[in-house]
Amino acid sequence: MSDKNQHIILKTKDLSIGYTSKKERIIVASNINIELHKGALVGLVGGNGIGKSTLLRTLTHVQDALSGEVFIAERNIKQFPALDLAKVMSLVLTEQMMSKNLSVFELVALGRQPYTNWVGNLSENDIACINTALIQTNITDLKHKRCFELSDGQFQKVMIARALAQDTDLIILDEPTSHLDMYHKAYILKLLQQLAKETGKTILFSSHEIDLAIQLCDTMIVMSKNQVVTDTPCNLISNGTFETLFPKDLIAFDEKTGSFRVKK
Amino acid sequence: MPDTKTYNISFLVLVLILILCFLINISLGSVYIPLKDVFNSLIGATTEQETWQHIIQNYRLPKAFTAILVGSGLGISGLLMQTLFRNPLAGPFVLGISSGASLGVALVILGSSVFGGVFVTLLMSKWSIVIAASLGSFLVLLAVLMVSIKVRDTMAILIIGLMFASITSAIVSVLSYFGSAQQLQQYIFWGFGSLGNLSWSELGVFFIIYAIGILVCLASIKSLNTLLLGENYAKSLGLNIKRSRLAIIISTSLLAGTITAFTGPIAFIGLAIPHLTRQVFNTSNHKILVPAVFLFGAIVMLICDTIAQIPNSDYTLPINAITSLVGAPVVIWLLVRKRNMVF
Repeated sequence: MSDKNQHIILKTKDLSIGYTSKKERIIVASNINIELHKGALVGLVGGNGIGKSTLLRTLTHVQDALSGEVFIAERNIKQFPALDLAKVMSLVLTEQMMSKNLSVFELVALGRQPYTNWVGNLSENDIACINTALIQTNITDLKHKRCFELSDGQFQKVMIARALAQDTDLIILDEPTSHLDMYHKAYILKLLQQLAKETGKTILFSSHEIDLAIQLCDTMIVMSKNQVVTDTPCNLISNGTFETLFPKDLIAFDEKTGSFRVKK
Repeated sequence: MPDTKTYNISFLVLVLILILCFLINISLGSVYIPLKDVFNSLIGATTEQETWQHIIQNYRLPKAFTAILVGSGLGISGLLMQTLFRNPLAGPFVLGISSGASLGVALVILGSSVFGGVFVTLLMSKWSIVIAASLGSFLVLLAVLMVSIKVRDTMAILIIGLMFASITSAIVSVLSYFGSAQQLQQYIFWGFGSLGNLSWSELGVFFIIYAIGILVCLASIKSLNTLLLGENYAKSLGLNIKRSRLAIIISTSLLAGTITAFTGPIAFIGLAIPHLTRQVFNTSNHKILVPAVFLFGAIVMLICDTIAQIPNSDYTLPINAITSLVGAPVVIWLLVRKRNMVF
């Protein structure tokens, strides 16, 4: 039992997410029980407005859970000082960064911030970590380019490299494939799969690319109106979970191809 | 980092230019003093005329040092505000520091007609302007700080700072409406800014507060770089956003506040120097930017001061006019030439 627990990086217990205002509690989703294992690629899918972002914000402690608990490496997320959390969890967000004038190396180097001294000087170990991250994401040749010179696909790789350089067991990405063309959507997700396998990191991403996620993920979290289901893509297909994702008037899930089809 | 070595040469060149500008600044002025005597008085040797030594040691030297403190301090506080607010238009005074100072000074100079004579004769010494300006900027800043602790959104602080500025300038307008012509002139003269007139003891007080501001800024370099990623990323890297934001605001207010108190609201430098530096050094890394802005600010301010005093004439132009006249074309030229704005 304890041996099995060591492989669980992220775990939620009866988690209920949403917002509280002075007047009321708005529950977005409840009864969420997730276990993410070491080295797994996990896709979080669900329609617009279903609460994917709220779930990610709660898992990353940007906002508090309404009830229930989030454990990271068997430690309650509330007990993490900000700096400790930065050493176990790194993020790739959709928000635009302010300065695209940094070079790729400088940007990836910012991932080492939790480990550097007061003025942010890089040690040899830091530089080694940065170079490894650049190699793992195949962007070593972009090292000296400035971020505004990059395409969207290249930039996303740089942001993933930055998260890798942060040297955490868990990487969480919020819609890493938006704005990308079909090829780069597949490329980025394939890269994530490879990274999870090779580095043993747990990688959780939210996405609207359900068919790609089905092909690449070890585990998927499917958020629909009434439930949050976590399972392997195969089981999710055979249980018919994907059919609960969207209203049935326009598109239908095709079990054979593992993708959605427009109704004729 | 791969390119720190090339920066070292640029820094060396800048330091040499700074020393050169400093020497030019103290050897030129309304009274002609031969270069040989300038050096003699610097190293403490006797000069041909004793008044020359007096002019150099008690007027030109403190003024040159003031120029260095003002240029570097305003440049750095402008850089801090631009990074904090992610806004290339931000400057040291966006938090209402200069308008707070203006209010304080306006109350002292113009308020006499409103508050009566006793108040004025009590306060009309030179320190009274300094104290009034400090108090004014401190109070406005305190209000902004209190709001900034409550407000989660950094952009809201920017707007709140602007609102405080409009409130104070409205009060100044009312006061000027009731002020006499002579008082108005005095107030406007303060608004022109002036680097001269500081004694060594005043400069000492100035320097201590300035140094504290610089130290807080140096301690913020790492968080400034993290903030380049945006606040959410910065938070995910373990940065305490509220604390770093507070440190950046305190550093800015110490720098811009004392400068405004001692020399008046000097415009433009704070906004332009960070842009000038980013264009020349082509980086957003604050480990490079902070020292570079320091040097550029000091150099530009020394040059502006040299021009403002119009060598060998009795006229001294308002320093505020010169900073914009000299600086604005340079920044325009740089932006047009490079096409790509570095921010």
